Amino acid sequence: MKAAIIGAIVLIVLIVLSAVTGVFYVVDETKQAIVTQFKNPVGDPITEAGLHFKLPIIQEVNYIEKRILEWDGQPNEMPTKDKTYIIVDTFARWKIKDAMQYYLRLKDERSAQSRLNDILGSETRNAIAKHELIEVIRSDKDRKPAQEAIIADSLGGIGTLYPIKVGRDRIEEQIYEKASTKLEEFGIDLLDIRFKRINYNQTVQQRIFDRMISERQQIAERFRSEGAGEAAKIKGKKERDLQEIQSEAYRKVQTIEGEADAKASEIYAKAYNQSSQAAEFYEFTKSLETFKEMLKEDTTLIMTTDSDIYKFLQNIEGN
Amino acid sequence: MAQNYDFEFPDGPGKINISASTIVLAVVGILILFGLFTSFYTVQAESQGIVLRFGKYYNTVGSGLQFKLPFGIDQVLIVPVERQLKQEFGFYTSGGTNVSQYSVSTAERNAERSMVTGDLNAASVEWVIQYRITDPKQFLFEVRSPEFTLRDIAESVMRAVVGDRTVDEVITIGRQEIEGEALIKMQELVQKYQLGLSINQVQLKDVNPPQPVQPSFNEVNQAQQQKEQMINVANGEYNKVVPRARGEAEQKIQEAEGYALKRVNEAEGDVANFVAVLEEYKKAKDVTKQRLYLETMQEVIPNMGEKIIIDEGASQILPLLNLGKGAKE
Repeated sequence: MKAAIIGAIVLIVLIVLSAVTGVFYVVDETKQAIVTQFKNPVGDPITEAGLHFKLPIIQEVNYIEKRILEWDGQPNEMPTKDKTYIIVDTFARWKIKDAMQYYLRLKDERSAQSRLNDILGSETRNAIAKHELIEVIRSDKDRKPAQEAIIADSLGGIGTLYPIKVGRDRIEEQIYEKASTKLEEFGIDLLDIRFKRINYNQTVQQRIFDRMISERQQIAERFRSEGAGEAAKIKGKKERDLQEIQSEAYRKVQTIEGEADAKASEIYAKAYNQSSQAAEFYEFTKSLETFKEMLKEDTTLIMTTDSDIYKFLQNIEGN
Repeated sequence: MAQNYDFEFPDGPGKINISASTIVLAVVGILILFGLFTSFYTVQAESQGIVLRFGKYYNTVGSGLQFKLPFGIDQVLIVPVERQLKQEFGFYTSGGTNVSQYSVSTAERNAERSMVTGDLNAASVEWVIQYRITDPKQFLFEVRSPEFTLRDIAESVMRAVVGDRTVDEVITIGRQEIEGEALIKMQELVQKYQLGLSINQVQLKDVNPPQPVQPSFNEVNQAQQQKEQMINVANGEYNKVVPRARGEAEQKIQEAEGYALKRVNEAEGDVANFVAVLEEYKKAKDVTKQRLYLETMQEVIPNMGEKIIIDEGASQILPLLNLGKGAKE
């Protein structure tokens, strides 16, 4: 009984002691570890998570990240091949692939980040300087933009994409290829590098704005001109339709009236030409009618005794 | 038992012996109690618990009251897997739940917004992504700061997509297409980076031309309205004149038809009259002729003005006539 209690106490003391002096250490899922003895690494890096042992006091544990890490570059102003100054902001993902090499060359993440700054920064600069601005903006060479009709018709390339030969993805790859070999010796595996932001610098921006404004003004002018054109078209159609309507009416009126006149003539002719007697009679009655029309109150009648009326009278007297 | 223990140390002072054993017992008791209290934890309904034993992944537990080993042997990380999370770019709405929801500094948000389009114009694009943690193990262990990685991905992808479009597509006609393409590309990258996340939605919010350029974009809108207006005015003019002309044309045609009817009817009337009289004339030619003549004269002569009757013998009458009313005074 006594021995058991003493044993228990000893065990507790041992556990506490070893915990304090550091016999056990825990490597969690996100870490790997290198054990050093008097600053010199001992054994292989520990990549398996869990509870591990080491010699107390003289051995030290150095934890190193196992996860994919970020590198967030500072926004840098740099010129493109066409001498446009742009601000480029990149980011990369990297991983400590060879913990031992990483530990020996860089010691800690701070120096790793600064090495990444140097290498990725300069490779980005190189790549940007080799290409025109549009190459880092666009990625799909074949893309045809959708256009509104008004813009599609405009001259001067408004609403079209600038053509590219290389493209953003390929430039990212170029930077990646150059940088990743340089980082290998540090035990770093570069996973990729991407452009996060690309923007014009202040002076370029003003130039771009000016161009945008002039483009918009062109489009506005085009709208107005189209409006005037459409209006003129409608005015023309109005005139045309009016002429058509009026002339058509004239034609119809003339046809109808002509046909009626012809029919009337036919009716008259048929009646008057039915016999020589009819013709003679028509001539006579028509003369009479003409008289009637001709002789009005402002007519002065000069009759000789020789005239028809008198002849009748004379005849009657003679009878 | 403690008593026995005390008595087996006869040389030592009893009181001290009793208190020494009590202290050990008390320490053990406190440790057990402490262990019990720290062994229980709850996982919320929307979350999962990832249990690490000595830092190594042990298992994943669901929601509810759960048990773990105490004294830092087991460690539990709670991950809200069911919660719909969002990240905002270029703007922010207050009341965010996760730190990566938006950028705190205004300058940063301005930088997020401004983009270069494929026709080398500039645009200000605000958007939001909705995502969920689908694989808590990956989320915790594969990538350091997965949510900030997601922000980087989102910005990079959105710029790549906008970079392949004209400013007009970005601002007006291409919005839906941009959302769709950005979603696909972001999903690909999230998969590739093993972030343990899945993106459900990419939504564009305010997309505008840059501030200094906006007036000229408004001018385009105005011009468009002016165009509509010019067309409307012209159409109005057309509508004012043409239907009326049609009506008037119809009127003329109707009138002509009226004339035609009248003309034919009159002709037929005249002829009927003529035929009737002709019949009489045929029966007694001379008499009728004379009658008609005289009837006419009778009708005509009384209506005439001056009437002068002279003898056959008179040869010079004209000089006598006072012709014209002007001379009459």
